[in-house]
Amino acid sequence: MESKKLRTELVVSALENGTVIDHIPSKNVFQVIKILNLDTFDNQILFGTNLDSKRYGKKGIIKVKNKFFEIEEINKIAIVAPSATLIVIKNFEIIEKKPVEVPGIVDKFIKCINPNCVTNHENIHTRFTVIDKDAMKLQCHYCEKTTSKENFIFI
Amino acid sequence: MKNRSLVSINDYSKEEYLKILDIAEEFEKNPKQNIFEKYVVATLFFEPSTRTRLSFESAVNQLGGKIIGFSDASSSSVKKGESLKDTIKTVANYSDLIVMRHPLEGSARFASEVSDVPIINAGDGANQHPTQCLLDLYSIRKTQGKIDDLHIAFVGDLKYGRTVHSNVIALTNFKCTFHFVSPTELKLPSAVKRHIKESNLEYYQYTDLSEVIPKVDILYMTRIQRERFSDPMEYERVKNAYILNGNMLANSKPNLKVLHPLPRVNEIDENVDEMKQAYYFQQAKNGVYVRQALMAAILGVK
Repeated sequence: MESKKLRTELVVSALENGTVIDHIPSKNVFQVIKILNLDTFDNQILFGTNLDSKRYGKKGIIKVKNKFFEIEEINKIAIVAPSATLIVIKNFEIIEKKPVEVPGIVDKFIKCINPNCVTNHENIHTRFTVIDKDAMKLQCHYCEKTTSKENFIFI
Repeated sequence: MKNRSLVSINDYSKEEYLKILDIAEEFEKNPKQNIFEKYVVATLFFEPSTRTRLSFESAVNQLGGKIIGFSDASSSSVKKGESLKDTIKTVANYSDLIVMRHPLEGSARFASEVSDVPIINAGDGANQHPTQCLLDLYSIRKTQGKIDDLHIAFVGDLKYGRTVHSNVIALTNFKCTFHFVSPTELKLPSAVKRHIKESNLEYYQYTDLSEVIPKVDILYMTRIQRERFSDPMEYERVKNAYILNGNMLANSKPNLKVLHPLPRVNEIDENVDEMKQAYYFQQAKNGVYVRQALMAAILGVK
């Protein structure tokens, strides 16, 4: 009990101000980093993967100092990490803690699987409607074909 | 419908496309009117489709409108590397309405988002061809007096046939029963069947054409293309199984009509052409009235 409390302290609360994204499936941590464009941030970022989790066995976590995401921005990660939890921290205190939600519309960051789709030939941002949140099936707004989780390529 | 693009059959409601069919009936009675005199319609065919283009251009000409455009991309600025967006935005400056055919799926949707004038999709790759769908609905209603409570068979390439997909989806708005006849390799995709199930309608699948003929009111034939088969042997085995000839219509219902989006290759024997069941040439003619009706509704003159 004592050691678990200590770990929580270290992993979650050691942030004065910022955002923690917790309960990311370990294999998706780097995708989340890419989707949120964290690689271009100047803020201090700490991340861990393959950490022990009571709920999921293994999990990943990302902490971004002094950054508070717009909800639309953070919901993008639900596409690859629907189990993730968003934790907002101000003055070492948890202000908000909630699960991410799969959005209805997915803009710009996934490539359409259809090679004959106009978005793969012209300079157009992709756009999808989420038609199945559980199986994570996206319907292209342009060519109307379906792209599923196993075929996601991130732009 | 004024100033609204038609990209996909789902862009308009059932009431809206029934309204277009009603206007088309008026044009069938009186196809030559001078109501497009003030309008310029652009027909942009980024890939050739002579039949569809002539149908649209005949529709515009008979109503006194002017036409600009090109019949294949090699004679346009696309060849010089102009983006689709720039081509559409430029032509929108010169016209009141754009009719476009393009080999890429989604191109018409994109065009409708960048254009200042409405777009009619005359085919975007394998995706949608809504005016074909409207003229098929018109032909069904015209020959049967209704669209509800009909038994409709689709025959041939049901997997890749975009016409079949949009027709099935449009017909789920009516109380139809569907009969699908195809080789196993070319069965209707489950994504389209889902629409039928969601509408609580029934469908039956067959591999034998003769079995379905006595059961249906509409027999919608399509072409089976050799290149759709991964195994050329399989094509050779099935290609003759889906050819309709006159003898096969002996036990058909008296009201049965045979439809086909054309061009036909050999899937309907020419001995059917003179029979009372043959409707495919009239169907093509109906395309002109339906396109007149659609354009008139979009331009706001009907």
